[in-house]
Amino acid sequence: MSATALPPAGLPASAGETKSTYLNWSYSVKDWLLTIDHKRIAVLYLISISIMFLLGGFAAMAIRVELTSPHGQLMTSEVYNKMFTMHGVLMVFFFLVPSIPATLGNFVIPLMIGAKDLAFPRLNLLSWYLYTIGGLMALAAMIMGGVDTGWTFYTPYSSVYSNTNVSLTLVGIFIAGFSSIATGINFIVTVHKMRAPGMTWFRLPLFIWAMYSTSVVIILGTPVVAITLALVVVERLLHLGIFNPALGGDPILFQHMFWFYSHPAVYIMILPSMGIISEIIACFSRKRVFGYSFIAFSSLAIGVFGFLVWGHHMFVTGQSMYTSMVFSALSFIVAVPSAIKVFNWTATMYKGQVWFTAPMIYALGFIGLFTVGGLTGLYLASLAMDVHLNMTYFVVAHFHFVMVGGATLGYLGGLHFWWPKITGRMYPEGWAKLAAAISFVGFNLTFLPQFIVGYLGMPRRYHYYPAEYQIWHVLSSAGASVLAIGYGIPVIYFLWSLKYGPKAGDNPWGAVGLEWMTSSPPPMENFHEIPVVTWEAYDYDSMTESEAQADRESMPGAGAAVRQEAARDAEEGHPETGHPAGD
Amino acid sequence: MNFPFLPERASTFSDQIDALGLVLTSLTIFFTAIVFALLLFFGIRYRRGSKVNRAKPQHHNLAMELTWSIIPLILGLAVFVAAMIPYTQIYNPPANAEEIFVIGKRWMWHIEHTNGIRENNEMHVPMGRPFKLTMISQDVIHGFYVPAFRIKRDAIPGRYNTVWFEATRPGKYHLFCTEYCGTNHSEMGGWVYVMTPGDYADWLKRGGTQGANDARVETAAEQGRELFTTLACSNCHGTQDTVRAPSLVGIYNRPRKLLSGQIVNADDEYLRGAIRKPEDHLLEGYGQVTTMPAYRDDQLTEEQVHNLIVYIKSLGGAAGSPVANGKGPRTAPISNSREGSLGRPAHVTSPGLGGSAAPTNGTTPPTGSTAPGTNGTTPANATPGQPSTAVELKSGAQTTSSPSAPTRNTGSTL
Repeated sequence: MSATALPPAGLPASAGETKSTYLNWSYSVKDWLLTIDHKRIAVLYLISISIMFLLGGFAAMAIRVELTSPHGQLMTSEVYNKMFTMHGVLMVFFFLVPSIPATLGNFVIPLMIGAKDLAFPRLNLLSWYLYTIGGLMALAAMIMGGVDTGWTFYTPYSSVYSNTNVSLTLVGIFIAGFSSIATGINFIVTVHKMRAPGMTWFRLPLFIWAMYSTSVVIILGTPVVAITLALVVVERLLHLGIFNPALGGDPILFQHMFWFYSHPAVYIMILPSMGIISEIIACFSRKRVFGYSFIAFSSLAIGVFGFLVWGHHMFVTGQSMYTSMVFSALSFIVAVPSAIKVFNWTATMYKGQVWFTAPMIYALGFIGLFTVGGLTGLYLASLAMDVHLNMTYFVVAHFHFVMVGGATLGYLGGLHFWWPKITGRMYPEGWAKLAAAISFVGFNLTFLPQFIVGYLGMPRRYHYYPAEYQIWHVLSSAGASVLAIGYGIPVIYFLWSLKYGPKAGDNPWGAVGLEWMTSSPPPMENFHEIPVVTWEAYDYDSMTESEAQADRESMPGAGAAVRQEAARDAEEGHPETGHPAGD
Repeated sequence: MNFPFLPERASTFSDQIDALGLVLTSLTIFFTAIVFALLLFFGIRYRRGSKVNRAKPQHHNLAMELTWSIIPLILGLAVFVAAMIPYTQIYNPPANAEEIFVIGKRWMWHIEHTNGIRENNEMHVPMGRPFKLTMISQDVIHGFYVPAFRIKRDAIPGRYNTVWFEATRPGKYHLFCTEYCGTNHSEMGGWVYVMTPGDYADWLKRGGTQGANDARVETAAEQGRELFTTLACSNCHGTQDTVRAPSLVGIYNRPRKLLSGQIVNADDEYLRGAIRKPEDHLLEGYGQVTTMPAYRDDQLTEEQVHNLIVYIKSLGGAAGSPVANGKGPRTAPISNSREGSLGRPAHVTSPGLGGSAAPTNGTTPPTGSTAPGTNGTTPANATPGQPSTAVELKSGAQTTSSPSAPTRNTGSTL
């Protein structure tokens, strides 16, 4: 169904070097902005979310500079409040939620399952336009004076008291929400209907499982937050009593509805990263992921249980004690699938051939930081502990460990992993490893002090604070500068690599996923011939000894190239030389 | 600059919470150390090309995977129980807790003690005595947080929330607002002063920090009693149930049967609701409508409503904490100046109807369900000194006559 939608419908695979890839197929702006190729849309998304990330990061730096002094120094409280709102709104709704699904997911899902495109290419393009329109509205609201509600938009402050551009921002997020929904539907249908012959569910790479779970969460959760935010707009504009207690509304209702989405949204952000980590760990350990089915089903379990724990954001709001108990118990249970993943990734390295590339370093950093992020989440799931820590910097530190140490590090790992596939170019590995190390150090220096200052009692969203907390804020701000350098270096070498990077080759990592069997960058139609899958995911062990030898000793990827040849033989009807399924 | 690691411990909860924190921190460090150590060990030992035994690699091992699923689950559930127990304590005040009323409003905390002493952004309490905080917000959601006590509770507009504590160590501790409430959110806070019993008694004697010049402070119950008179509540709510309205004597914290058949406890939340929205709290036996006006927040401040509740409480009831200062009625002239801290005089009712000759439920006996038009009428603004037709309730009257179920078909509430 997608084949007919591809622009170069009649383009033969051997159209010549000049038009052999999705990148050089055409250079006109129109062909980019009206493209329905998933790879080009992924690149459009990549550019968009990078801009949002830079703006959100700018706001974060402004906050960190301001907080080096307990009395403030650069801005008024109004501006400070708008800064952290801008940081939260841009990072959560316009960077983290779309980051991996809309860029890396968009690019590699069809490649990984052997499809020519997503199921609904036009819907895919629409989703980018919705994202862009929503993003521009949110930015317009910020330029025209800003929003000061915090990204959580708690009522009745947002719906009655704030006199900033709340409505415009909310409409922007509302519209961007449809882009998420469109992407989610597209992925679900694609995974169901467009897998290559032989690509059974349990031969799918774990990234696909993670994206599938994410998509289910997206389409179930996003409509709820869209309705909720729309109701805030309705209350602001029409003064209907929905959340405003003065008009008979219930401000706590908003929190229930908001967190019904926004807690699962945490999993929308972290599940795709977990999928990437599974890919990277398997590839650079040269080993099948340990406990494939445990990891696959833990993704689904996280998706399901993630919907049942929203009340743990509300332990101090006065919800029934028994309600809190149920939410607390479920929150401890949802931690288990995450623990399973961490242990399984670690076990994957056992008896592997561990190759410390830049993506691998990001992946190892992810596992470490996500472990801390997950475990500190248990403090907040613990009822009495949460009474003390709720709404303090401890919460800030915890979710940054999950969102930055987890989701963002996973995103960067994935970007480094698939960059050669996306662009056909290699980035300088040494710089990439250095950047990963700097990010890791800077990140910890930024957010570890926030655990301590949070336990001391420092509330979040505070412009001024008691002087005894200053030392921890100074350390945190120092860490943020290091982190900014860690993020800045990749921007430079990625851009550099576009022109000067050495040609990457089809499979620089010697990985076994289908996406590595096509050329880099891939042709417009992804595969010159649709692959037939006869082997399990992460089939590294069936490399012959000579393949493995070549892989280790000569240039990277050589073993896989040998192996790939064997796979092609298998497709061509010599299964005995290929890899028996289920070995 | 110093490097503080733990906040001060100044309540009976502090040690419990810190012990829990220690357990969680140990678990966090333990598991993080395991994961880091394994990553490092495997990474180095099985680095590419190293000559080690890689025979028989495993790709799954059910027993092992179940082990590392079930152990975290059991540990997690153990922590869940350990953390649940103090939680049930923090939000269930002991019966002997004294009350303090807390109003959050942008951007200050207003504290009212039952003895009538008011404070802004400061709260003085003695050590060694349990205090229950009943809190509400006048505008947006605020969060009442004393890190040294390890307690926090949101102050929400439109409903009461409670939390309690017993301070253990004299000192001056931070009071924060933790729920983002707008521009000056970070400046909404102050100090909690924990005093020795002797210092606290002196402080009380002086009439609080601000009250040094006042010879005497009216208790919350006394102010409630005055309001009860000035609002002409006493016209209908007398010492006995009448056709118009039930008596409020002895009802506090006792079950009330609503028109819907539901049985509710006449606690603070119920009484507040019955004052704010009487039509939603109709009692069985008084018909479908009520003649009692709804006292919305432009007519009665939260503080005034609370004073009324304290007064009602002082009329007796079940298992509530006794009102410490519900002494006999004062003969001193009523001074409204104390109400100034909330910016409105005590005798305000409906601003638009002040002193008007609106139909009074005192003179027009309502006919219950046949007169829906009387729903929401406003009582005459009985100015102080106006003779009251109803039996005036004495605030000290600890009448024990339990209210008999009224059978008359007349609209009323409470």
